[in-house]
Amino acid sequence: MTEPLVIIEDLVMQFPVRGGVLQREVATVNAVAGVDLTINRGETVGLVGESGCGKTTLGRMLVRLLEPTSGKIIFAGTDITHLKGRELKPFRRRAQIVFQDPYSSLDPRAQVGNSISEGLRLHGVNDADERRQRVIEMLELVGLEGSHASRYPHEFSGGQRQRIGLARALILKPDFIVADEPVSALDVSVQAQVLNLLKELQSELELTLLFVAHNLAVVEHVSDKVAVMYLGQIVEITKRENLYSDPLHPYTEALLSAIPIPDPDRPRHRTILQGEVPSPINPPSGCYFHPRCPIAQTGICDTERPELLPAEHDESHLAACHLRTGRHRNLDPRNFAPIEPATED
Amino acid sequence: MTDPDPGISRHAVDLAEAEGLSIEPVTQWDLFSKRLRRHKFAMISTFFLIFLVTVVLAAPAMQNAGWIDDPTKNLFDDNERIMRNIPPRASSENVFYKKVIDGREVLLEASPTALIMGTDTLGRSVFTRVIYGGRASLIVGLVAGFLVASLGTIVGSLAGFYPGGVDQSLMRFTDLVLGLPLLPVAIVVGRILPEIEFLPAFIRQGPFGIAMLLGLLSWGGLARIVRAEFLSLREKEFVEAARAAGAGDSRIVFRHILPNAMSPIIVQTTLVVGAAIVIEAALSFLGFGVKPPTPTWGAMVSQGGRQAVRGFWWEMVFSGTALVSTVLAINFLGDGLRDALDPTQTIERK
Repeated sequence: MTEPLVIIEDLVMQFPVRGGVLQREVATVNAVAGVDLTINRGETVGLVGESGCGKTTLGRMLVRLLEPTSGKIIFAGTDITHLKGRELKPFRRRAQIVFQDPYSSLDPRAQVGNSISEGLRLHGVNDADERRQRVIEMLELVGLEGSHASRYPHEFSGGQRQRIGLARALILKPDFIVADEPVSALDVSVQAQVLNLLKELQSELELTLLFVAHNLAVVEHVSDKVAVMYLGQIVEITKRENLYSDPLHPYTEALLSAIPIPDPDRPRHRTILQGEVPSPINPPSGCYFHPRCPIAQTGICDTERPELLPAEHDESHLAACHLRTGRHRNLDPRNFAPIEPATED
Repeated sequence: MTDPDPGISRHAVDLAEAEGLSIEPVTQWDLFSKRLRRHKFAMISTFFLIFLVTVVLAAPAMQNAGWIDDPTKNLFDDNERIMRNIPPRASSENVFYKKVIDGREVLLEASPTALIMGTDTLGRSVFTRVIYGGRASLIVGLVAGFLVASLGTIVGSLAGFYPGGVDQSLMRFTDLVLGLPLLPVAIVVGRILPEIEFLPAFIRQGPFGIAMLLGLLSWGGLARIVRAEFLSLREKEFVEAARAAGAGDSRIVFRHILPNAMSPIIVQTTLVVGAAIVIEAALSFLGFGVKPPTPTWGAMVSQGGRQAVRGFWWEMVFSGTALVSTVLAINFLGDGLRDALDPTQTIERK
C-alpha cells in the first residue's frame, strides 16, 4: 500500500522561553524546525534521535496535543493543523497516542476499565453494556483479562500498564497511532513482549504507526521505514534495511556505531561524537550537525543548510548532508582532509 | 459515578454460579466505607460529630421538653437569690428560673440537668450553654469551611488550569487576601457588620456573619495548594490521553484533575474548619465575636477563664473540652476521609 495517510509539510514548533520579572519572551526554542514526512497507510515509521531532538514534540503535534507554530499536517486528505475543539473530534477518533511513562499515563483514581472506555463514551457509545463488552474485548486483545477492568492502575506492573495504555489507544479503532517511546520505561524482557504485541496488533488491525524511540535496536524490530532526527530536523529517512546496512548521514553512522554488540571478540570501530547537542534556542549556522560532524567541511557545512535529498542509487533513501547527497557530493571528503573522527578500538 | 464493575467477565460469573456461589460486585462506595471503617480515630470522630450535630440541632426541642434550660436566663435558689458560680452537682432541687406570666413574675422549677456542669458567673446553667454554644461554633466552622473549600477550589483550579493572565491576576489577588491580617480585619469588620443596613439580619447578627467573614478571609492557602496540584496534574500523561480521546476542558478538570487533587483539599478544609472555630473563640475572647448573651464555646472559655483564676474551673473546663474535642474530631475525620478516598491505600491497613 502506498496511499499516504499522514503528510506533514515544513512543520515547525517553537516554544517561548520566558524570563525576568515580567515574564517577557526572551527567546524561542525551536523544538521542531521544519520537518517534511509522509507516512503511508499500513506502514510503521520509526523516529529516532537523541533526547531533546524533538521526536516527542513531533509525535504530539501529529495527534494534535500541540498546535504547530507553522507548517501543515494533512491527515487522510484533511488539513488538521489548526483545528480546534469540536472540529478536532472526528480526527481524535482516528488518531491515538501511546505514552512513554506507564506510571503517569493512567489516571490513578480511575478504574482502568473507565480509563479505557473513556474514548467510547466521548464518541457516542452511550450504552454501558456495549462499552463494558468492548473494554473486555480490548483487554483480552492486549493479553490481559476482562476482570482487570475494575482494578486500579497501581495494582498493575509497568508492562501491564503499557498494555492498558495500548488498549485505551485501540478501543476507538483508530487508523493511526503515535507510539511515544512505548517501551523505553520497561525492562528488556517486557519490552520484547510489548513490541511483539504491537507488531501483531498492527498487522491484525491494519494500523499505521509512528514509532518514536531512542533505541535503534527497538526501532529496527518494528519499523518499515526509519527517520533520524537531529535538533528538530529529519537528517535521514529510508527503508529499514538501508539504514542499518548503508547509512548515509554521518549522524546516523554515529548512532549505529553506538549499538552494543554482545560479542567481546569482535573489534568495534566506534564513532564517538564530540561535544553536546547544541541548544535548540541558538542552533548552529549551516548544517545543524556540523560542529560535531567528523566529515564537516569549512565553507560548506557551516554556511549552508542542507536539504533532504535522495541518494544517487536509491530514490527512496533521503539524507540531509551536503557531502553525501547534496550539491557537494562529488567532492569526496577524503580528498579534502576532513577533521579526523575520534575512534576507539 | 462509575459503572458498577464492568470487569467481571461473563465466563467467571458463569463458573461461580455453576458452583453455587454468587458474585457480589464491589462498588466504589463499598471500598470507600471499608477503608474509612479501618480508620479507628476517624470512626470514633464520625460518631462523635453525628452525636454532636444531633444534640445541637435538637437543643430548642430539648428546652421545650424541659431537659435543659434557657441559655440566657439566670437560675435562682428558693430565696430568690441568683445562683452564681455554683459547682457541678447532680441534683437540681430548689433551683428555679423566672418567667413573666400575665404581667407577673413567677418562679418555675429548672430542668433536672440545670446544675450538672454548674453555673457561670451570671448564674446560668453551663450544661445548657455548652449545648447551645455548640450551635454557634459548628455554624462558624461549617460555613467557613464550606466557603473556603468552594472559593479556594474554584480560584485555585482556574489559576492552575489557565496559565498566563488568568493565573497571574487570580494569584495576585490571593496574595492580597493572604496578606490581610486575619484578627485585626475580623475585629474591625465584625464591629461594623451589625451596622450595615442592607445586609440581611441573619448576617448582621449571630454566628453567620462571623462565619462568612472568616471564610472570605481564609481561602488563600487552599487556593495556592489547589493551583499547585493543578499545575502538576495538568502535565500528566493521563490528562493528555483524555484530551487525545476527545475530552474537553470541563471533563478533564472534573473527571481527571479534581479527583486527584481531593486529598489536599479535604485536609486543608478540615484544618480550616478547626481553625475557624478556634478563631471565633479568640474573637469572642477579645469581645468581638458573636454578641452576648448568645453563648459560644469561645466566649465561654474566655469568661470561664476569668472565673477559673478564682477557683471556679467548671465553665472553662467543660466548654474548653467541647471545643478541643470537636476540633480534634474534625481533623481526624479529614484524615480518615483522605485515606478512604485514595484507591492506592490498601484495605489491609492496620
